[in-house]
Amino acid sequence: MSRNTKINLLLLLAVAALAVLPLALGLGDHKKEPFTGADGEAETAITEIEPDYKPWFSPLYEPPSGEIESALFSLQAALGSGVLAYYFGLRRGRRQGEQRARERDSESRAAGGAAEESTAEGA
Amino acid sequence: MHIAEGFLPPAHAVAWGVASAPFVLHGVRSLTREVREHPESTLLLGASGAFTFVLSALKLPSVTGSCSHPTGTGLGAILFRPPVMAVLGTITLLFQALLLAHGGLTTLGANIFSMAIVGPWAGYAVYRLLRRYGVPLMVAVFCAAFVADLSTYCVTSVQLALAFPDPGSGFLGALGKFGSIFAVTQIPLAVSEGLLTVLVMRLLVQSSKGELTRLGVFLAEKESRSETEAVAR
Repeated sequence: MSRNTKINLLLLLAVAALAVLPLALGLGDHKKEPFTGADGEAETAITEIEPDYKPWFSPLYEPPSGEIESALFSLQAALGSGVLAYYFGLRRGRRQGEQRARERDSESRAAGGAAEESTAEGA
Repeated sequence: MHIAEGFLPPAHAVAWGVASAPFVLHGVRSLTREVREHPESTLLLGASGAFTFVLSALKLPSVTGSCSHPTGTGLGAILFRPPVMAVLGTITLLFQALLLAHGGLTTLGANIFSMAIVGPWAGYAVYRLLRRYGVPLMVAVFCAAFVADLSTYCVTSVQLALAFPDPGSGFLGALGKFGSIFAVTQIPLAVSEGLLTVLVMRLLVQSSKGELTRLGVFLAEKESRSETEAVAR
């Protein structure tokens, strides 16, 4: 494995560790519902500060269940990673294509050069 | 950082909308100019938007025992400057507001202001400042992504504290409350975002050197060579 790949893997590993550690160390244990969204906690905090506050507008569409919601979230992530993968795949393919074309070029030039030399000798 | 639908009083919702609109309009102009003048950059623009799409869908657990998500706006701000991110961030927020009931239309202005305007500008400012003093590319990229992420959540805390000052301790009390929910939770996530942005930037140095050179990412020819060598090893 090249040094470059190793560094990239280490970066990914560090991100994974940062995500797993709070779970593994049980940092959510002091809460009634551990690892809820911060956005939701903010809503609770608002109603603590202003118990009378009523949201004056509701979402036009709400996913009917947690499953549908997580499906839509995965769709968002999948769309994004699809585009990213396409980008890097395309770049890699182009680079390889260019390199091969260069190799062929230099090979044929070498072969052409040799042919010219032999004709020169013949004359 | 998503303030939920209807959770900002109408006056605040309108004010943040008015504040955000010129940035988004200016961003649309920059984006169309970029695409017209450099059609070859469309693909990288798409990739920057896609990065924001992925990262803002990733809900990660944090040390406070709650979950939050990165924003992914630092990368695009470094590559294409912050105005373009105002548009790409808005698209992401609209997707989540319309399909996921995450954020909302009445709070769109406020959410755009934190994630698509302040975040990218703060990250970009840090990036430029560090680069001016010759800080290595990847260190500057990490710091920019970290700051873009964290500043977004600080702005959200300020927005909520302005709208809902604590009856006893006022604006500052509320800021402490919302800040501990958002900003503290966000610190490890901002580190994750920094690492992921560095990873993508390393892949870009490897795959799209010409593009990065045109966008002015490398300080000089010498740096472009040493960064490329670093990822080739």
